Amino acid sequence: MDNYNFDVIVIGGGPAGLTAGIYLSRAKMNTLILNEGTAGGQMILTHEIANYPGVESISGYELANIMKNQAKNFGCKIKSNVRITNLNFEGDIKTVEVNNKEVYSAAAIILATGGRSRSLGVLGEDNFKGKGISYCATCDGDFFQDKNIIVVGGGNSALEEAVSLTKYAASVTIVHQFDNFQAFPQAVEEAKRNTKINFIMESKIIEFIGDESLIKVRIQNQRTNDISEMNIDGVFIFIGYKPNTEMFNGLIELNKWNEIVTDENLETNVAGVFAAGDSIKKKYRQITTAVADGTIAALSAVEYINNLKVLHQV
Amino acid sequence: MLRTNLKHILSEEEFKNVIEQNENVMICCGRMGPMCIPVYGIMEEIEGEYKHVAFRDLEFDAPHSHVITNLPECRNFYGIPFTVYFKNGKVVKATSSIQTMEQVTDILNKNFGKE
Ligand SMILES: Cc1cc2nc3c(=O)[nH]c(=O)nc-3n(C[C@H](O)[C@H](O)[C@H](O)COP(=O)(O)OP(=O)(O)OC[C@H]3O[C@@H](n4cnc5c(N)ncnc54)[C@H](O)[C@@H]3O)c2cc1C
Repeated sequence: MDNYNFDVIVIGGGPAGLTAGIYLSRAKMNTLILNEGTAGGQMILTHEIANYPGVESISGYELANIMKNQAKNFGCKIKSNVRITNLNFEGDIKTVEVNNKEVYSAAAIILATGGRSRSLGVLGEDNFKGKGISYCATCDGDFFQDKNIIVVGGGNSALEEAVSLTKYAASVTIVHQFDNFQAFPQAVEEAKRNTKINFIMESKIIEFIGDESLIKVRIQNQRTNDISEMNIDGVFIFIGYKPNTEMFNGLIELNKWNEIVTDENLETNVAGVFAAGDSIKKKYRQITTAVADGTIAALSAVEYINNLKVLHQV
Repeated sequence: MLRTNLKHILSEEEFKNVIEQNENVMICCGRMGPMCIPVYGIMEEIEGEYKHVAFRDLEFDAPHSHVITNLPECRNFYGIPFTVYFKNGKVVKATSSIQTMEQVTDILNKNFGKE
């Protein structure tokens, strides 16, 4: 890619970013999407999407590919698996440095970095990822046939996945930091009714221990601080999502949950910097809401650039 | 068959040919799921940059997947995809579960070099 100057740079290639790419390129804006991972974002984590209007049922991977091709067919450039190493949002021309080498510039930026699963961030977690620790029940559940496993978390995903994992596991122990669950009452009831599921409440895993694979965990009771050890074959972690906004800290306004604060046109507190999708402050996080945000942010960016052009002509 | 843009290994014989006929080989054995798709995406992205490496995928649930899943290097793996790197037919590295671009290129550069 030889051209380093664009009208708009979109950071993040999930449904919000890809939709912005479609609208911008169709409006003849020279657009670049920079994406840290594989384009498609959290959509590719979804085996079946049945609530995207107009398509009865589709895999997230396929929907992501369609959106990607739509954007590309309108002329949008997409660069995946990049690492953004520096951002400068000051002035009329904003810059984005990638992989510590190339610097791209644009008049407007759209931030669409979405969110990711939280990890526990405790000792040993990185060492045993794929060797006993998993974040995906549908991917890795069948490795734990007749084994004893732990599910960490107290929300809907944790309780629903705990129940689904009882298809394989001999026992599932739910470890949750509070004395009550955040999940819907039906999900809690279903888990409580399942005879394979046990509960360790008000407790946190503080260390993963093993050699070539996970062997045991250390668990701390949050009320008494007592620490116990438990032999275990696998641990599935479902403790919610957080916005991918760390790199914007200090550059634009974030709220106390690190969500990007925007106005109704999805512009941030910095002129020419817009935001869309799961990374912004909002209540409902779905593909439909992300594509709606992507549309609004793109159209607002087009208007911003057109106004900028008029201003510079005067 | 996996729905990726990579070349697929569709039989045990094909696996043998690939690792015999290519000095450097990276094989990702997985399904079309959230931990595997990002690794296929990385392989598709860098295939053009690493012309001295043969990139292949192999379906985890295919009958011939034992050529990867039964390798001693994958003995303690409990997360797909199983990604295995071969040099001159021998395993030089194997990883379990999702990997980042940096992790993959580190392994490629260390074991196969960058042209
Ligand atoms: C398991 C699961 C199932 C779901 N099922 C459904 C469903 O059935 N229906 C539905 O409507 N919604 C579903 N959702 C929610 C939906 O996927 C999200 O709301 C939607 O994907 C959000 O889109 P987004 O573009 O804002 O962010 P994301 O999809 O998170 O995409 C953000 C993109 O930005 C990239 N990125 C992150 N940080 C950086 C950075 N620093 N630099 C560059 N790029 C970066 C990421 O790699 C990613 O590609 C599901 C979510 C999950 C996790």
